[in-house]
Amino acid sequence: MSILIDRTKCVGCGKCHDVCPGTLIKIDADKKAYIKYPKDCWGCTSCIKECPVYAIKFYLGADMGGRGSLVHTEKDGDIIRWITERFDGETVEIKINQKESNKY
Amino acid sequence: MKTERIRTDILIIGGGTAGCYAAMTIAEHSDAMVLICEKAHIKRSGCLAAGVNALNAYITEGRTPQDYVDYAKKDADGIVREDLLLTMSERLNSVTEKLEQLGLVILKDENGKYVTRGNRNLKINGENIKPILAAAVEKLPNVTVLNHVNITDFAVSENRIKGAFGIGIENDTFYIIEANAVIVATGGAAGLYKPNNPGFSRHKMWYPPFNTGAGYAMGIRAGAEMTTFEMRFIALRCKDTIAPTGTLAQGVGAKQINSLGEVYETKYGLTTSERVYGTVNENLEGRGPCYLRTESITEEQNESLMKAYLNMAPSQTLKWIESGKKPSEQNVEIEGTEPYIIGGHTASGYWVDTNRATTIKGLFAGGDVAGGCPQKYVTGALAEGEIAGFSAVEFIKQNNSEEIDEEAVRSHAEEIERFLGEDKSQFTTEQLEEAMQTVMDSYAGGIRTNYRFNEKQLDIADEKIVQLEKLSENLHADDFQELMYIYELRERLTVCRSVIAHLKARHETRWHSFAENLDYPEKDDVNWRKYVNSRLENGEIKIILRDLTEGGQTYEHFN
Repeated sequence: MSILIDRTKCVGCGKCHDVCPGTLIKIDADKKAYIKYPKDCWGCTSCIKECPVYAIKFYLGADMGGRGSLVHTEKDGDIIRWITERFDGETVEIKINQKESNKY
Repeated sequence: MKTERIRTDILIIGGGTAGCYAAMTIAEHSDAMVLICEKAHIKRSGCLAAGVNALNAYITEGRTPQDYVDYAKKDADGIVREDLLLTMSERLNSVTEKLEQLGLVILKDENGKYVTRGNRNLKINGENIKPILAAAVEKLPNVTVLNHVNITDFAVSENRIKGAFGIGIENDTFYIIEANAVIVATGGAAGLYKPNNPGFSRHKMWYPPFNTGAGYAMGIRAGAEMTTFEMRFIALRCKDTIAPTGTLAQGVGAKQINSLGEVYETKYGLTTSERVYGTVNENLEGRGPCYLRTESITEEQNESLMKAYLNMAPSQTLKWIESGKKPSEQNVEIEGTEPYIIGGHTASGYWVDTNRATTIKGLFAGGDVAGGCPQKYVTGALAEGEIAGFSAVEFIKQNNSEEIDEEAVRSHAEEIERFLGEDKSQFTTEQLEEAMQTVMDSYAGGIRTNYRFNEKQLDIADEKIVQLEKLSENLHADDFQELMYIYELRERLTVCRSVIAHLKARHETRWHSFAENLDYPEKDDVNWRKYVNSRLENGEIKIILRDLTEGGQTYEHFN
């Protein structure tokens, strides 16, 4: 499990680098973010929530049953939209209002 | 290499749950200058990075702090410090209110009262719990946060702490930090044992893989007394994603079933260790895999579970989405994790008094590094941060800061230069880490042996860990991040040796799986209702057995 960073979208703001709890993301000479240690990702998705241009996506490793789907979040006020592009092309979206508590 | 020397009143090592709350407490009750050194960034560091979906330690209406003490004591089969548990439990509700004031969303009923889950839990939206805490800390005028600074060792002489040494992993700097008091809040230790997914997803573990036991290792090296490292923690988790199971068990009432569909949890008991042990045993007896029975939950429960997991362990929701089946359409397979050392769930850590003072003068501990006080969860870690904060404030009123000896500064700088110097090592840090995890897995009760071990195996484990410690002296780092990895490996090796010594010392099996000693497979209440403590003396781990502190007694350090 790890993340993919889309170089073409990255604006080099460095927020993902700052927030990663493992300091695994670096900024290269072209001011683009890249994950230097992909095997060391914990899967916390902190970087994804920081990215202002939605350039970072999260996936499950094949060793944990991953099939190639990609997840990212987009923020809309108090709403976090969790968008999954499934491996079969389908898109699944789950909206969470940050002001609403979990029920379970 | 740059060198920076900083002087502060109180140094907090680790800006996680306990560390942040300690800083807030100090700022509210004194004018002391506080420095937090955080190896990542406090916004999302520590256990709360992805969020949490409930507050699991709260005194609900009609219950008392003593009830919480009794629950934790029962879960640990007696090996807890009641005085520590009580002082923590008395603060659980006030720290919860504080969190709500800071912006945490807690579910309330129409009368404005918290909605509880069971006897001890509150329902929240905890996705942003860490950014909330971090924002509160960043507003404090007397608190400075140094992000991306990894503390590697304490400066202690004659059992008095004077500060710490660290490395700035993004600015190639050697830090010498002098402080009158130090609060250690670095969390527990993950990555000692081979994890469930040892390959590409090796860091998809329950506990933060970045919590490498630094606080324990620094304390051990400095001669602090430690307790109960033999009570390892093994979490029962969703297979592959290593996501929490409590939300399924407590939230929607999912039972543990084997592959025959039989509910087996009642056969083994319901303590944390018994739930893991039962699962291991069902597999060994040919009735695996084991599951949490979610089939037939409602559509509304499906939807809520998918959201709840996104707020703390997004991998599990992705797993459901990828499989094309909702929780109601497939039971969730479960497995035990590799063992961790963590004083927030079990009782491993610094031997402290009720003020969270360690046996080193001027050093206080809170959260997962502090021992004797299990079942802390988030609010317990906050409570201990608060206590440690108050204690540090009191301490600096009566004590003056002392300068770090130049000899210690020199030897630390030389060590860093040696690791960054010419590459003469045949091995990499990664190789030695893998070797350590294999040794612990094979000989110190890892997943490979179904968490079981005997004395002979522990002796082999210790011998091999000592060899790896020796090899680690010659490792090479190309940059400061790799330097941090060398220090993290060495911390883990130090903790491994203490774990092995503690496992060997307790001649009984009090907790299945957590410490399953095949030489002593039974519980022995006559001889082993005791704490197993240890202290490093002249390079040797000395075991100290202490009588239980219970029934209203309070332990105090007399050294």
